[in-house]
Amino acid sequence: MQRPPLAAVAALSAAALGYELLLLRLFAIIQWHHFAYLAISVALLGIGAAGTFVTLARRRLLAAYPGSFTLAAAAFAVAAVACFAAAERVPFNALEIAWNPAQFLGLGAIYVLLMIPFFCAATALCIAYSGFGAHIPQLYGADILGAGIGSLGLLAALFFLHPADALRAICALGFAAAGLAAWPAAKGRAAVLALAAIAGPWLLPAPAVELLASEYKDLSQALRVKGARIVAQRTSPLGVVTVVDSPLAPLRHAPGLSLNAAGGPPAQLGLFVDGQAAGAVTRFDGNTMPLAYLRDTTSALPYRLLHRPHVLVLGAGAGIDVLQARAHGARQVDAVELDSRIVTLVQQDLAEFSGRPYSAPGVQLHVAEARGFLAASRDSFDLIQVDLLDSFGSSAAGLGSLNESHLYTVEALESYLQRLAPGGLLAFTRWVALPPRDSLRLFATAIVALERRGVTDPGRSLAMIRSWNTTTLLVSNGVFSAADVAAVVDFCRQHSFDTVHVPGIVAGEANVFNLLQRDDFFAGTQALLGRGRKDFVERYKFDLTPATDDRPYFFHFFKWRTLPELLDLRTRGGAPPLDWGYPVLVMALAQAVVVSLLLIVLPLALSATRHAFAAAPAKLRRRVPGYFFALGLGFMAVEIPLLQRFTLFLSHPLYAAAIVLSAFLVFAGLGARFSARLGPSARWPFAAVAATAGAYALLLPALLAAAMGLAQEWKVLLTLLLVAPLAFCLGMPFPLGLAAVAARAAPLVPWAWGINGFASVVATLLATLLAIHWGYTVVLLLATALYAVAAAQFPDEPGP
Amino acid sequence: MGFPTIMIDGQGWRINLCRLATAFGVMFGSSVLADDGMTRERQAMVAEVVAMARDFGAGTGRDAIDPRILGVLGRLPRHEFVPVPFRLGAYQNRPQPIGYGQTISQPYIVAVMTDLLRVGSGDTVLEIGTGSGYQAAVMAELGARVFSIEIVEPLAVEATGRLRRLGYANIATKIGDGYDGWPERGPFDAIVVTAAASHVPPPLVRQLKRGGRMVIPVGPAFQTQQLLLVEKRQDGTLTTRQVMTVVFVPLTSAHN
Repeated sequence: MQRPPLAAVAALSAAALGYELLLLRLFAIIQWHHFAYLAISVALLGIGAAGTFVTLARRRLLAAYPGSFTLAAAAFAVAAVACFAAAERVPFNALEIAWNPAQFLGLGAIYVLLMIPFFCAATALCIAYSGFGAHIPQLYGADILGAGIGSLGLLAALFFLHPADALRAICALGFAAAGLAAWPAAKGRAAVLALAAIAGPWLLPAPAVELLASEYKDLSQALRVKGARIVAQRTSPLGVVTVVDSPLAPLRHAPGLSLNAAGGPPAQLGLFVDGQAAGAVTRFDGNTMPLAYLRDTTSALPYRLLHRPHVLVLGAGAGIDVLQARAHGARQVDAVELDSRIVTLVQQDLAEFSGRPYSAPGVQLHVAEARGFLAASRDSFDLIQVDLLDSFGSSAAGLGSLNESHLYTVEALESYLQRLAPGGLLAFTRWVALPPRDSLRLFATAIVALERRGVTDPGRSLAMIRSWNTTTLLVSNGVFSAADVAAVVDFCRQHSFDTVHVPGIVAGEANVFNLLQRDDFFAGTQALLGRGRKDFVERYKFDLTPATDDRPYFFHFFKWRTLPELLDLRTRGGAPPLDWGYPVLVMALAQAVVVSLLLIVLPLALSATRHAFAAAPAKLRRRVPGYFFALGLGFMAVEIPLLQRFTLFLSHPLYAAAIVLSAFLVFAGLGARFSARLGPSARWPFAAVAATAGAYALLLPALLAAAMGLAQEWKVLLTLLLVAPLAFCLGMPFPLGLAAVAARAAPLVPWAWGINGFASVVATLLATLLAIHWGYTVVLLLATALYAVAAAQFPDEPGP
Repeated sequence: MGFPTIMIDGQGWRINLCRLATAFGVMFGSSVLADDGMTRERQAMVAEVVAMARDFGAGTGRDAIDPRILGVLGRLPRHEFVPVPFRLGAYQNRPQPIGYGQTISQPYIVAVMTDLLRVGSGDTVLEIGTGSGYQAAVMAELGARVFSIEIVEPLAVEATGRLRRLGYANIATKIGDGYDGWPERGPFDAIVVTAAASHVPPPLVRQLKRGGRMVIPVGPAFQTQQLLLVEKRQDGTLTTRQVMTVVFVPLTSAHN
């Protein structure tokens, strides 16, 4: 055979990984976030299936090289666009799935369709590994480097390309990979493919890459109104932000507005992120009169207790909390917003309408992540407001239940409290969910944060009120005085809000205006403050345990033992109050495991491959599954928790992803190349991975917390220094093992590669699942154990 | 009498329903077709609603829905309100898609909402979000005069045509934004808002009569778990009640 197709492997690997990440974005736009998990499992299942296919058809595929590689890569390029377009058109309504089992057919069809592109790409890669057993370290190096380029490239592309156009770029990259592979043997074919790469994707008609969003998404609904039109749109890897003007039925967004309010909001434009409502841009011309309604929402409560405060707004978005602060005569407002696109929209694109709320006198904007901003800030504030960031729809359906959030953890609340001036207040407004979930969890989180600060009677530092659809929680860094309590009660009476908790509240004072058949807000807060807290949390049918930085799943409330009761409600005709994200994750995991096992076992059952496998030493045959499964799981079990840890540390999900992923992949790629120099009996890389992962599990949280206040460039440097040695070692075990297999039993190579692919699918989902329950520390410790298993199962010893 | 008219988009396109209804040979006020071959399905549906009400206390604490409402559900041709592809399942006790990203509510939810509104003969009712027109037809069958506003134009046109065809002279529809209500026709004994909202629109609160009731389903499509009942007392003060459509106690008993 010829030289290994390193450039083609890198390009195809980049395209496939870029496509996987792009699918997450595309699904967030056309469906909902949790389908991202299905996308991941679909992607990697395609990889595993390709391993089995190449195992079965190995001889013919290798005989047809490089034609087979070229064909598979070109098929990926076509399928990436065609299969997505087809999948979009499959009739499927995620929201109806609880009512109509036939929806699973649609989901299944989408699943099979999206598997095809990954199957094609992986087939090509697997052919390369099978055909060039002597060059495995170089191939793996190119593969992993390509993956790094693909993920970073996609992040970069999404800053200026709409996700639909990024799909064209992926298609082009697929054709380019096919052309690179064809070049040495068939120059003419390579030229045609190069032409296809350059021109093809851009000649695609718009409908081929059109995004067909579910008709139940907020944006689809808004645009259905006559005259409604998109007035501004900005795209970034964080999401597509869309602003809609609807003259016939203007948006009016005023969560928690009192029924006694004289009027609603002034003119507003609807703001949507990935097609889900995310608040509104409010017309403001410097006159605060039209903002009077902002005095009549539950979130106005802290202004009753503070005189001309210095306010910090976390998650300022389109600026409604800043306007509220101004309407109340705040002395100074610092506004922190992570997404610079929203800021640009409000400050530039819609400047005339919005009145540039962040440029007003006394207002200071910081484009930053909340935790990172606070760690670096030396100011103190009278009021810290955490905005109602999520839309009601996604909150109510539990669609964001698998999102990590570092805003609502115990450590987060501690850091907020630390930044409060004496007598300062921390305020959170949340949607009402019934039965109560997030409001009670936040209350429980505040109690723990106060206790960690040495407060012996947290109830005296907490106040909570509710309207029919929002709750507002105040946490004081002192205690609420009798006058404060009177002011809260008076505010509630005036607006027909209910007090959930104020120091000294008695049962008769709660549940007066917005009547609940059972006031689980009052009962819950009382129980959380009392001695029976542990028992209450245990007996509550939703998980109320405070989120921590180690387990930052604030929106995850699901408890397994509640499931039978919820399903029973469904069989009796009712819509159960179920958060769907978690069950979907488990379903995705379950099917991935079942299909994976079937595909892994398949080559053992078919006579042709059984015969080829029989030639390999029995011990080797036994060790291959264990070794490559452990590695697939282990790699992800290191990567995912570290990515999360550094996301908090680097204070921006995108930069963290870019820096950590690229460091991981580049250094792992270097490690892979280095592995070619190691003897077959080298075990120290395994020991090094296990030791480093174990040490990081235990020491990293404290180290990163201590370094949180460093300047950003030092943080990046520290991240690289911490990731590099671990990633370098992580890059070695896979090529070492695969080279060992190639040297002794070449027909097992695609099988081993496929098993590793399957394990990565399972690991991606499993790591999230385990982190939800036990936290990242445990996941990292598990990784340590997995590398120990892999070392013990190294597939090298010949013998019986 | 200005009442039995259908206004489309305020364009002055008015149709005298009396004449139309006669043309269709349908009796006024009671459109119900004696036998459309769906009687058995309707009865099964009503039986399910009755069973759910017994199980879940009909959201109202009582264990039964007003028999007049059950009578209406048992008569109304719900399949006429569902697009052809979904007709087979029209009488299933579940929400159904009706196109344009809208749904026809689960029959049990329609029953509970109507029950909470306490619609009586001669009442004036405002509906925000006509949708399929089914909820409006239920209230009209109870003798109410219904004013219904829909913002999605094709949906409004379809529902208006459907209600006209079925002979509902006491339902007036218009295309428009429901936020401001229909002040010329108010105040109302009952208001039902079928579209979700971030707040209760102050104009609707103003257009609610003293002693009147407003119901708003809360939650995303296909997941109506709670209804907001707003009551305006005789003295003008407002209270709200969160009505859960299914009984779910979030705490296990201490002995468990």
